[in-house]
Amino acid sequence: MVARIELDEPKCIAAGQCVMTAPDVFDQRDEDGVAIILEPTPAPEHLDAVRDAVAICPAAALQLIEN
Amino acid sequence: MTDTVPAYPFSRPTALDPPAEWEQLRSECPVSKVRMVTGDEALLITRYADVRELLSDPRFTHSLTEADAAQISTSEDGIFNRNEATMTAGPNHQRWRRMMNKSFTVKRVTAMRPRITEIANQLIDDLIAGGQPGDLQSALGFPLPVFVICELLGVDPNYRDKFSHWSDAMLNLDKFSQAETSKAAMEFQEFMVQHVLDKRAEPGDDLLSELAAIVDSQDGRMTEAELVYTAQGLLVAGHETTANMIGKMVSMLLADRPNRWARLVDDRSLINPAVEEALRLDASSSIDLPRYISEDIEIAGCPIKAGTTVMASLSSGNRDERVYEDAAQMRLDRVPNPHLAFGAGPHSCLGQALARTELQVTLGVLLDRLPTLDLAIPADELRRRTGLIVGGIEEVPVRW
Repeated sequence: MVARIELDEPKCIAAGQCVMTAPDVFDQRDEDGVAIILEPTPAPEHLDAVRDAVAICPAAALQLIEN
Repeated sequence: MTDTVPAYPFSRPTALDPPAEWEQLRSECPVSKVRMVTGDEALLITRYADVRELLSDPRFTHSLTEADAAQISTSEDGIFNRNEATMTAGPNHQRWRRMMNKSFTVKRVTAMRPRITEIANQLIDDLIAGGQPGDLQSALGFPLPVFVICELLGVDPNYRDKFSHWSDAMLNLDKFSQAETSKAAMEFQEFMVQHVLDKRAEPGDDLLSELAAIVDSQDGRMTEAELVYTAQGLLVAGHETTANMIGKMVSMLLADRPNRWARLVDDRSLINPAVEEALRLDASSSIDLPRYISEDIEIAGCPIKAGTTVMASLSSGNRDERVYEDAAQMRLDRVPNPHLAFGAGPHSCLGQALARTELQVTLGVLLDRLPTLDLAIPADELRRRTGLIVGGIEEVPVRW
């Protein structure tokens, strides 16, 4: 079972919550703060943090597709 | 029957506790009429899902300049009355937002941590030197975010008393007269226009110098008027919100010292979730976020007519039993905590990573320097600041 992260880029408002929550998986572009996914299919040990990041994104721009 | 419409904002039993109306409205009347201090009527929404959905709807903004919008302040120079239409909505807002985001990324604010730590330590030195009991709010809460935003913008912090007054005037609910807010708005405008000119003559390594260069490139990214508006907005935002939150956060943690403060002293890994939980439970963040409804919609099954002003209650949504288990309880280890303290959607707070960092650093330094900290008066005797759009505590007397 592989889980995959999807970012709806136009919705991203660069709150940085994903970077603070799962720094191994997310970063931000320097020029406009938009999220960058470093690990599109996150390692099992990062999945809990990714789920938290998805839950707290204030723009609801992230999804974790599991199955 | 206008006299049955409740007056808004609701009164609070204490500085830290929520008004009883929120819970009642969430369960019985999630879209409710309220009367603003100006006498105008608006609708108040109180459930998490409704607040989140409305704030995330890109069609509606906080600009209340339409003739039929509710007036929420007794004076006309406030942040919701300004004619800033070029920047508030749609593609222009996104363009402005993405340009500003650059200065507030996690990387940029993390780089500011050492300096924020240094400022916190200096202010705590002064608090200690002043002897016990001391007022944590005036010694640390107010000055820390002001020093940080002044450094970021490249503005002299020695003007901070003036900034503080101008900020209060722009956030007026019913504390100031129209003459007072007009005078403050004019002075603030003159100051900022002159300051931008000075930055042009002598650029520094700061955000205003950077934005002035962008305006000068005349490539359509930003106009002079937008620059002055942006600078004012950032200075006000940097002043009032985090400043008040420091006092409220520390008060909440000390109000149940054994279960909150003492736990944090023993376990610093709780600092970040504790900050989020304090943000969630803040009962006097602001009078809530207005949205001008420009086309007919439905909220919680109620039809809302175009031309209505809706107040979205972040603080009530944050206590919604439908979303949070033990919603009224402060749980320092609540993760994830998708609270609405910084709003939601396209207008969610620009400076939220900076605010979080300031709160986390301040709490960490306080735990290190003053682990024996305690309130010098009972928590229910703390006094709320009133009359402004933002809420806080007048004084936070502490011992250590």
